[in-house]
Amino acid sequence: MANIDTKFIAEGIVNCIDKISCEVEPTCAKALIDARDSESNATTRFALDVMCKNIEYARSSHLPVCQDTGMVVVFVRIGQDVKLDGEFLNDAINGAVRKAYAPLRKSVLDPVSRINTKDNTPAVIHTELVKGDKIEVEVMLKGFGSENMSAIYMLNPAQGLETAKDLIVKTIADAASNPCPPVIVGVGLGGTFEKCTEMSKHALFRKIGSSNPDPVLDGLEKELLERINSLGIGAQGFGGQTSALGVFIESYPTHISSLPVAVNVLCHCSRAARFSVTEGGVVYE
Amino acid sequence: MSEIKLNMPFDKEELKKLKAGDNVLLSGEMFVFRDAGHKRLFASIEAGRPDIDFSGQTVYFMGPCPAQKGQVMGSCGPTTSCRMDKYTPYMFDHGLAAQIGKGKRSKECIDAFIRNGGVYFAAIGGAGALYSKCVKKVEEICYPDLGTEAIRRITVEDFPVVVAIDSLGGSVYGE
Repeated sequence: MANIDTKFIAEGIVNCIDKISCEVEPTCAKALIDARDSESNATTRFALDVMCKNIEYARSSHLPVCQDTGMVVVFVRIGQDVKLDGEFLNDAINGAVRKAYAPLRKSVLDPVSRINTKDNTPAVIHTELVKGDKIEVEVMLKGFGSENMSAIYMLNPAQGLETAKDLIVKTIADAASNPCPPVIVGVGLGGTFEKCTEMSKHALFRKIGSSNPDPVLDGLEKELLERINSLGIGAQGFGGQTSALGVFIESYPTHISSLPVAVNVLCHCSRAARFSVTEGGVVYE
Repeated sequence: MSEIKLNMPFDKEELKKLKAGDNVLLSGEMFVFRDAGHKRLFASIEAGRPDIDFSGQTVYFMGPCPAQKGQVMGSCGPTTSCRMDKYTPYMFDHGLAAQIGKGKRSKECIDAFIRNGGVYFAAIGGAGALYSKCVKKVEEICYPDLGTEAIRRITVEDFPVVVAIDSLGGSVYGE
């Protein structure tokens, strides 16, 4: 049994938000430089160059890379041999968001009244119980220009994987210039309606260039990435060869009656980080 | 790639010379507001007492981050323009010269640009930190309770944009 105070989770989240609001995830930043260096369309290359310079300026000056500092999404995996001490977990997380967002844009509001909560709370918190005696936390600042372009399809089994693939590509084609391409595409395949969308979000934590441990899904990811890049959307929708930096799939068994497919779109500024918490404190990735 | 330098408010004849894909550096004054600012402005227009006069002006779809130490304005890249499509034809038909945002526009918007000799510029989405360096002055105009969505007037210098849709309907997005 490990006793872990939720104040360490809060500390990790404050530090992660402070960092990632200003620093694009490194594999994503590198992929953009590669995209710029290989782009032949002059307007698109100009756009990619501005994007790369912005990422470097934001990092070196510690300024928010994008004015949409997003809504905070947190995945918390709690080992079942952990006893949580201190403040209630969700309160600790939202307290951390409130503190970290003092210098950032507050973009969260009530969906009915449209009145802003003024501190960017609440975060969207996914908790899961896992084996072990530590806690693993993933934090993402999710912008909504791209979130708005996301979609879920509840296909019937006769439509099958081919229709699923076509719809994934069509979702990105229809989003076109809106989600600040080149995009990162998270896909959920299977499960229930909500499980499917949650997987599509979690898939966005994958590193650009990483392989899927499942060889079938890995092949599917590479095929979809190629199809999306052949759409010719290009950076900012100005045309060109890089429309997406990665396609990442998570799957889960589903019902005999269905094939749920969720597509969660992320812009070219991936702002994501991981850390773990043990009895000894916070360990950043 | 060579860049065209233009001042705001625009000379309408200069706007007509621009072609989709041109790189432009903008200097001068423009309004900035987005979803909630448009909604409230249109309520004031419907009530017969418009809260701002946008004739001859430029509107940039943007809601900034708070200014950090030493900044005039915080990070300030464009937001997705298509959410403002429903307001756009009316604004161009009533004198608006140009808009700045990111992403494709509706056919109704493009028709309004052509009808009025208007231009739609794309700023580079996500480049919020770099754009903050171009902002030299900020004035709060109205709706301060909307926070980041309030209407502001900013003065910029060499603000980099691409002509996304020109006054003849030519588009950098194809079609």
